[in-house]
Amino acid sequence: MPNVTYISFTDETTTIDVPLGTTVMENAVKNGIDGIVGECGGAMMCATCHVYVDAEFIDKLDPIGEEQDEMLGATAAERKPNSRLSCQIHMKPQLAGLIVRMPERQT
Amino acid sequence: MSSGVVIVGGGQAGLEAAAALRTQGYEGTVTLICEEAHAPYQRPPLSKDVLTGKQEADSVFLRALVYYEKHRIDLILGERATEINRDAKLVRLAGGGTVGYTQLILALGARNRPLPVPGAEHALYLRSLDEAVTLKQRLAEARHGVVVIGGGFIGLEVAAASRMAGRPVTVIEAGPRLMARAVPPVLSEFFLDVHRTQGTEVLLNSSAAEIGADAVILSDGRSVAADLVVAGVGVIPNVELAGAAGLAVNNGIVVDEFLRTGDPDIYAIGDCADHPNVFAGGRTRLESVQNAVDQAKCVARGIAGKSAPYRDVPWFWTDQFEIRFQMAGLSGGHDQSVVRGSIENRKFSVFYFRKGRLLAVDSVNRFGDHMAARKMLAAGTTLTPEQAADETVDLKKL
Repeated sequence: MPNVTYISFTDETTTIDVPLGTTVMENAVKNGIDGIVGECGGAMMCATCHVYVDAEFIDKLDPIGEEQDEMLGATAAERKPNSRLSCQIHMKPQLAGLIVRMPERQT
Repeated sequence: MSSGVVIVGGGQAGLEAAAALRTQGYEGTVTLICEEAHAPYQRPPLSKDVLTGKQEADSVFLRALVYYEKHRIDLILGERATEINRDAKLVRLAGGGTVGYTQLILALGARNRPLPVPGAEHALYLRSLDEAVTLKQRLAEARHGVVVIGGGFIGLEVAAASRMAGRPVTVIEAGPRLMARAVPPVLSEFFLDVHRTQGTEVLLNSSAAEIGADAVILSDGRSVAADLVVAGVGVIPNVELAGAAGLAVNNGIVVDEFLRTGDPDIYAIGDCADHPNVFAGGRTRLESVQNAVDQAKCVARGIAGKSAPYRDVPWFWTDQFEIRFQMAGLSGGHDQSVVRGSIENRKFSVFYFRKGRLLAVDSVNRFGDHMAARKMLAAGTTLTPEQAADETVDLKKL
């Protein structure tokens, strides 16, 4: 099973196995990783699962849709070019070893 | 005896209050009393992706159990609070124990309104995770037909999921239009068309007189075959615990703009809270994730010494078939509305105004409008009805 490494704002690193097809957000919540909230449960109504994706994986992500683009405009922490909503990152083989960094705040 | 914050109610409001207290740096004990045996979970997917099978029922939990340990949130599952003793500042539990509090947060939620007709015991309801699991199973077996009583959000989401599962579906609505409590006629008409186009039979101005084992008898004598009947006819806020403790109760537990009851150490949040809301222009009670989460944060900030009134923009969403419907603000009391986009193409928003000021925006598959509306309403800015209707006007630049 591919894994994902979550790095907190204070550089705490957690690596977990993430089943294909599931999202980076739901696995963070299921494993009790702080720093990713997901208040709306992945319905793209809040922006509390904001992450910064490590540069080497950016090109492997699906393009940002209109909804995600709008939602990223409402994040609590600064939006950067590598900002994504982790509820929209579905695990796929090309993303094995994915590294995401959590922002200072989600709300 | 423990002290600290005790939260009664393990829905999203209760959980978010516990979480927000820790985020705010609150160091005292936090106890979360949940009536259900499950740890707090999300309700929105229960009538949407869980029912359609797009999401597993075990993926709805708001936090992992390890979270509660790590953040010292004392999670009490399967226990009902039966009494608040305000003099002794403790909550009595059905199991016989008591929990002392310094501050008490009532996040009691609401319960489904039962159908007042003979045979109502044959109907299923949908609010809890267990009810969702049962409903999903019954839906898989319902070959003859699904009858949904109530044309509100829950009823229509269940109807949509049932049609998506290929079942014959009839919606029975007592009023003259769908979702009448939440949207104006133009949107009721739109959703009526959406559901009828998908093959759902929608009976307006109709009510069930009796529910049998394999059919629903309407008040005009007609009979609709059904091996599954689901009722979504509104909710009743859970106010009894507060009322018995002498706290004021009206359309919910009465709180001030800081979400405090008449007792300065007792707060009420979420579906059960009758609160003053600037966007409603008066007191209201809101049943939504937004209200649960933002009221939880408001109270947590207050307890952490950063008191500020509850002023968050209401928002809400529902998914029915391929329609993503989003609401920002509260449209009640509007005196003018304009449409932006195309109703025919199922991509439009309705902007509501009162005395020329923006009150609310309802969006059908128009995510950008919804987010722009949330920002405008939060900032207290407005636009003219002409600007709203003109698609060449960029809402983000206003």
